[in-house]
Amino acid sequence: MAILEIKGLKKAFGGLTAVAGIDLEVQEGHIHSIIGPNGAGKSTLFNLISGYYPSDEGSVFYRGQQITNLSPQKIVRMGIGRSFQVTNIFSKMSVHENIQATVLYRKGEGLNLLSDSRKRYQEETETILSMVGLKDKAQTMAGILSAGDRKRLELGIVLATEPELLLLDEPTCGMSPTETSRTIDLIQEITKKKALTVLFTEHKMDMVFCISSCISVMNFGVIVAAGEPDQIRSNEKVQQIYFGEDRCSLR
Amino acid sequence: MSQNAKTRWLKLTVTAFALVVLPFILEKAFSTYYLYLFIKAMVWALYAVSFNLVLGYGGMMSFGHAAFFGIGAYACSLLLVKSSCPLLLAFLAGPVAAALAGAVIGFFSVRIRGLFYFAVITLSFAQLVYILVFKWRTLTFGDDGIQGIPVPDVISTTDTYIPFYFFSLIIFLLCLYLLWRIVRSPFGLMLRSLRESPERAAFVGLKIESYRLIAFVLSAFFSGVAGVLFALMETSIAPNILFWSTSGEVVLMGLLGGMNLFLGPALGAVVMVLLSSFLTSYTEYWGMFLGVTLILIVLFFPKGVGGLMVEQIQKWRRAGHGHP
Repeated sequence: MAILEIKGLKKAFGGLTAVAGIDLEVQEGHIHSIIGPNGAGKSTLFNLISGYYPSDEGSVFYRGQQITNLSPQKIVRMGIGRSFQVTNIFSKMSVHENIQATVLYRKGEGLNLLSDSRKRYQEETETILSMVGLKDKAQTMAGILSAGDRKRLELGIVLATEPELLLLDEPTCGMSPTETSRTIDLIQEITKKKALTVLFTEHKMDMVFCISSCISVMNFGVIVAAGEPDQIRSNEKVQQIYFGEDRCSLR
Repeated sequence: MSQNAKTRWLKLTVTAFALVVLPFILEKAFSTYYLYLFIKAMVWALYAVSFNLVLGYGGMMSFGHAAFFGIGAYACSLLLVKSSCPLLLAFLAGPVAAALAGAVIGFFSVRIRGLFYFAVITLSFAQLVYILVFKWRTLTFGDDGIQGIPVPDVISTTDTYIPFYFFSLIIFLLCLYLLWRIVRSPFGLMLRSLRESPERAAFVGLKIESYRLIAFVLSAFFSGVAGVLFALMETSIAPNILFWSTSGEVVLMGLLGGMNLFLGPALGAVVMVLLSSFLTSYTEYWGMFLGVTLILIVLFFPKGVGGLMVEQIQKWRRAGHGHP
């Protein structure tokens, strides 16, 4: 069953068409990746799904419900959480507070003006911190974390919103090979444990082919190929995009 | 009782005792002027801490807080002068009027993104209020201001400032306690997350404008309380308290004391009041010295005097002096 369905989605910025009519289905429980060269429109597509940008045309359905052009807040509350290509966390707050703020909001405590926030939902916060492997850094200021830890913290923030569909924009961007491998394990473990669906973009092909159950390839704002990893690996169009039309000229 | 609890109680008792005997020492051993200065510092400290809810915690650069300080002062004073309204009601009317003005100004301002634009729109609203008070002579007495605000005998400052000291101390501590609870509450945490990344906060589900507006109204309310205390202390007010310089001063107090600390702006307010009072007795160009002090602090101690003090205490503790 498709948890996310996109029909004819379009977005242009002035004369530049970033997303030129996308049709896409993401099946529930799958790890679905979107690959493509820089400027293919992957992040714009994420921004359209998550409500960051309004679309020019087309529709997005989540569990059969129209979510096109809804506010990010409404989309998050429906169960779609997202991370950003450039990690977006609350830098001058501790790692613990980053997660706790999200948990408190989800629990409807955002307008609680008089309770001591430090005493609220400690256990739940710590569970998420353990899940993303940051429990021992709970009191560290988020802004001074390593790139890998920052990405994991952002993943923790997204998980704290209790999403059913995770949109991860280059989740291992800027990570060392060791950190990348740890993050891959983490994503696989969490999605399995929480029965989540993941839609992600990535440039590290080994990671994409390792964890994806389905891959869509984007170029110039459209999806040029979609299928299982083996089908994509042998797809000629994909090879052309990544290696060029005349492969002999590379020699 | 644990050792920590005992130490805490001892500190509280000593502080309470000091606050009780202080006005007597200041007024009897020195002069009434010093007690007046102390109360003045408290009033400005409350205004600065209230303002910091918006700037330090919410990341909103309001340049129009003079409006709330002034509206608080004017609402209370006008009720006392023009009607036989009891003090309690007139007192409450000040912050309530300021909060209402905060709701109106905030409604339009919190939607604006960017520190600069936010500063400009709040400044414009505040100047509008200033002009209104200045020109609406039949209601506000215009540039004559309000003279001889009738303060009940029990807190009158005619002969002594001691009763008024206790009155303002209780209100000051109560407001400070409430503000402290707010910044440490889940709402305070939401506000800080909005300051850090409105984008991330939106993608957590937070309605940015609503949270900003609530913070703005709360800040206006407590600024209004400070305004009322100011009016009752001075027993006369003029439209200049609504002028943009009153908005600027509170920003400077925050910078001076440190906006990342709850009491930082209060410390900045105390330093400003003391500097302006003492420098005025030596030179009419005291503003220049104040300016130079501020430039030096911003350049060399961006965390303010409070931040500097905290850093020194932490260094001292790390060196092993703080613990047995």
